[in-house]
Amino acid sequence: MEAFLHQVFGGLANGAVYASLALALVMIYRVTHFVNFAQGELALVSTYVASSLINAGVPYWVAFVATVALSFGMGVLVERVVIRPAMRAPPLSIVIVFIGLMVVLNSMAGWIFGYDTRSFPSPFPSEPLFGNHYLASHELGVIGVTLVMLALLYVFFRFTSLGLALRAVADNPESSRLVGIRVERMLALGWGLSAAVGAVAGMMIAPIVFLDPSMMGAVMLYAFAAALFGGIDSPGGAVLGGFTVGVLENLMGTYVVGTELKLTTALALIVGVLVFRPAGLFGQPAAARV
Amino acid sequence: MRTRAVGVAAVVAVSALGLFGSSYHLFQLTLVVIYAIALLGLNLLTGYGGQISLGHGAFYGIGAYTLAVLVHRTSVPYWLAIPAAGALCGVVGFLFGLPAVRLGGLHLALATFALGVVFPQVLKSRGLEALTGGVQGIALEKIEAPLHLPLSPDQWIYCVCLATAVALFAVAHNLMRGHTGRAIVAIRDNAVAASSMGVDTAMYKSLTFGLSAFYTGVAGALGALAVQFVGPDSFAVFVSISFLVGVVVGGLASISGAIYGALFIQFVPDLADSVSKAAPSAVYGVVLVLSIYLMPRGVAGSLRSIVTQPKEGP
Repeated sequence: MEAFLHQVFGGLANGAVYASLALALVMIYRVTHFVNFAQGELALVSTYVASSLINAGVPYWVAFVATVALSFGMGVLVERVVIRPAMRAPPLSIVIVFIGLMVVLNSMAGWIFGYDTRSFPSPFPSEPLFGNHYLASHELGVIGVTLVMLALLYVFFRFTSLGLALRAVADNPESSRLVGIRVERMLALGWGLSAAVGAVAGMMIAPIVFLDPSMMGAVMLYAFAAALFGGIDSPGGAVLGGFTVGVLENLMGTYVVGTELKLTTALALIVGVLVFRPAGLFGQPAAARV
Repeated sequence: MRTRAVGVAAVVAVSALGLFGSSYHLFQLTLVVIYAIALLGLNLLTGYGGQISLGHGAFYGIGAYTLAVLVHRTSVPYWLAIPAAGALCGVVGFLFGLPAVRLGGLHLALATFALGVVFPQVLKSRGLEALTGGVQGIALEKIEAPLHLPLSPDQWIYCVCLATAVALFAVAHNLMRGHTGRAIVAIRDNAVAASSMGVDTAMYKSLTFGLSAFYTGVAGALGALAVQFVGPDSFAVFVSISFLVGVVVGGLASISGAIYGALFIQFVPDLADSVSKAAPSAVYGVVLVLSIYLMPRGVAGSLRSIVTQPKEGP
């Protein structure tokens, strides 16, 4: 029983990271109607930036905040330079641009920061917090940081006029423009936010999986599965999907398919969702005007 | 039409010249021919069908492993194992496409991406180790030319690949000109209009996926013969991305584009590799993005517009 609970709680910690990345995917999806394949690699670059700052002697939380700010800027830049010129192209071309961006960011990270595996520090103490036996303090910290971030995002989107404007743009860009919202700025803001959320996720997962250029491959696959499971246009669904996938991954890996085939859980989940509930748990079924 | 016939004759003649090259160059050319088949397969799906696949490396791998297992573990001759590998891939592709292609291209991209990432892990898994050789992979022997033909094994495998490629290119060319091809393109351009004209869109999309996987699987089988080795890490997601790069650079929805794309993915990474370990994929990524902006119809489309411009100009 103890081992089982250990797996469940460990899964929740990984799931918090998947939830963040899935939420970042949903944020981009809502404004562009595309899945940002480069989301993981943006987070990878952010994590390398954080690692370099920390190695240069910057205190952890200062580096954390600086990385989130830099990542926001990077997201805005990517939207402005790479994505916006492509948005008028056919859908296939846009997906290809996303893939290209993913490959470029990944190879740039390898080129600049090297292919050696690095360890990444955890800001949380190494003894278990609150005397519990089930959860390492880093795992508890990951869940805590994620929940705080989700709460902040919720407040931002729900209770600020900027958040309202962003939601309006995601819903209906033309009408938003007519009521005086700067649609381009909101798009850039959305990209910046999702890159910042991704940066937090990257810094949280790096102490668990170690930092190297292939770090985000498996993590992103789980995040894709989480976003599809929850519904690709549903922020709440993405968060729930993330935690579900995290726990499912651990339980399947330990009790059913074995750790070496853990990743197939993600594939099975993606195909399963496509077959049985294409819109995901909380997504709007796609309806197109003919 | 005459320029096309001249072009085809020129390509075949130049390819035949390859037989007299050194064995290293012959090997490179063999791979170009094999990649051309694989890219043609992906182009049927992506260029003509408008469906993106980020997992064709997996189909290439399934083809390669099917041949390796059949030839190495049983006594099936290689010339039977090649179509068998293609057929298996075709069936797997059709079944995989069945749920995925009913939805938008986005879901297909995600599902195939997952397939591409997961595939090497499945090959290494303990359950399949007896069959796939696990991390070690399977080493294959060189195939000898039949009937005492005066050809070295390298020259023979090149001939096999070339003959297969000519046949498969001819089939694809004819298929895409006929009603099947028009149905596939119609679905890409306007699925609603196509289905109101009586085209069974879901069936055609799955069939396109199966056909595409068949081509890529045959290429994988030939690749295993040429390299004489299959291992799980030869079929990582990078292969899938290479294929996508090749299709986009060569030219979407172009039969001849597969050849330009194959030349690109065979020679450009080698050149870039001498600069840095990261350079090949960096080049891929940059070329992928720039092609979309500057050369959306690839090398084939650009060449065509250069050739035909004087006639269309004012």
